[in-house]
Amino acid sequence: MSNLFNIDIVNPEQSFLSKDNVFEVVIPAVEGEIGILKDHIPIISFLKPGIIRVFSESEEQSFYVEDGIVEFKDNTLSVLTSSIFDLKDADKNFVSESISSAEAELSKDNIDDQKRFLLNHKVEVLKSISIN
Amino acid sequence: MPSLDDLRKRITSVKSTQKITKAMKMVAAAKLRKAQENAEKGRPYSEKMNNVILNLSKSITDKENAPKLLVGTGEEKVHLCIVLTADRGLCGGFNTNIIKKAKSYFEKIISENKTLKIITVGSKGYDQLKRQYKSYIVENISFKESKNINYFDADKVGKIIIEKFEKNEFDVCAIFYNKFKNVITQIPQEQQIVPLNEDKDVSGNDNDYEFEPDEDEILSNLLPKNISTQIFKAMLENSASEQGSRMTAMDNATRNAGELVDRLTIEYNRSRQAAITKELIEIISGAESL
Repeated sequence: MSNLFNIDIVNPEQSFLSKDNVFEVVIPAVEGEIGILKDHIPIISFLKPGIIRVFSESEEQSFYVEDGIVEFKDNTLSVLTSSIFDLKDADKNFVSESISSAEAELSKDNIDDQKRFLLNHKVEVLKSISIN
Repeated sequence: MPSLDDLRKRITSVKSTQKITKAMKMVAAAKLRKAQENAEKGRPYSEKMNNVILNLSKSITDKENAPKLLVGTGEEKVHLCIVLTADRGLCGGFNTNIIKKAKSYFEKIISENKTLKIITVGSKGYDQLKRQYKSYIVENISFKESKNINYFDADKVGKIIIEKFEKNEFDVCAIFYNKFKNVITQIPQEQQIVPLNEDKDVSGNDNDYEFEPDEDEILSNLLPKNISTQIFKAMLENSASEQGSRMTAMDNATRNAGELVDRLTIEYNRSRQAAITKELIEIISGAESL
């Protein structure tokens, strides 16, 4: 029996990625990374800024996401996100802009701990992208 | 009776108007195809979003402590209405239909002695509503600068709504837009987004989901996004409707102009013939009298 399942990544404007031959997906869920294999139990969670890794038989793809919802059901993983891009076509300017805007946000005083955590995390991930 | 020269001028003017309406029709047709495509592409997102929310709200047992965006504030005193219209005219009854729908809702609210607040998105809606409802309009947003409908704009509107909700500025929120059925038919819609109307459609998929973190937290993260998504969906439907409506209106205008040109041409030919006949009679009777 095959150990493959489906993944659909959609953003509000279009369907971003749809594959039916992946065997593992690692998603940056808000409480830590989750690796999903076939026949995972149904789960709903949401994302923090991070990198989605999609492993299919032929290749490995990585995407940066800022936020989103994931749902896994009947061996289909749906990712709903409003901001996503392929690490391969990462735009250097865009990344550095995002870093500086997040840092500017961080320097404000009136943000709560959770938001501070998310922003810190975002800066960290974006920096790791820009180094590669 | 207009002179020959006047008629000729009118025919030329109608013909050039016809050229313009024809061009507008063709532009609208091209844009419509794109808008329809976009609307279709955007559908999976909002559908999936709805599904997730449905599944989540089913699994919430403690209704009283559920997020207020889902179940409402418990009151229905202040109504916030988001009226989504186009930024341009010349599109038939498109804007007027939305306004009509919205107005009947406004009247109902006012007659029930509830407070009404209006946010208009798109300048045509503001133009039409400011005469009668100026004092109710709290905000007027226009995305004239953005060439295409994008999620970023919808998110801006969504954030305004959330902000107002958090400040307890309204209890119920409804959006008005045109739903695209086909090129000829667009249906004005009224949709309540806060509190979320729970879909009765409880299809029996009793998937026991694992939630991480718990349901409440996911919901409170998800619901604001859902509002932006609904607005985005409405904007996409609206833009397809606008182009469809404009196409039909301009097609009619072109046809009417054609008819008018035909009629004017006949009139022109007739009076030309009449002038010739008159001159002939004059010559003949002149010759006879010699």
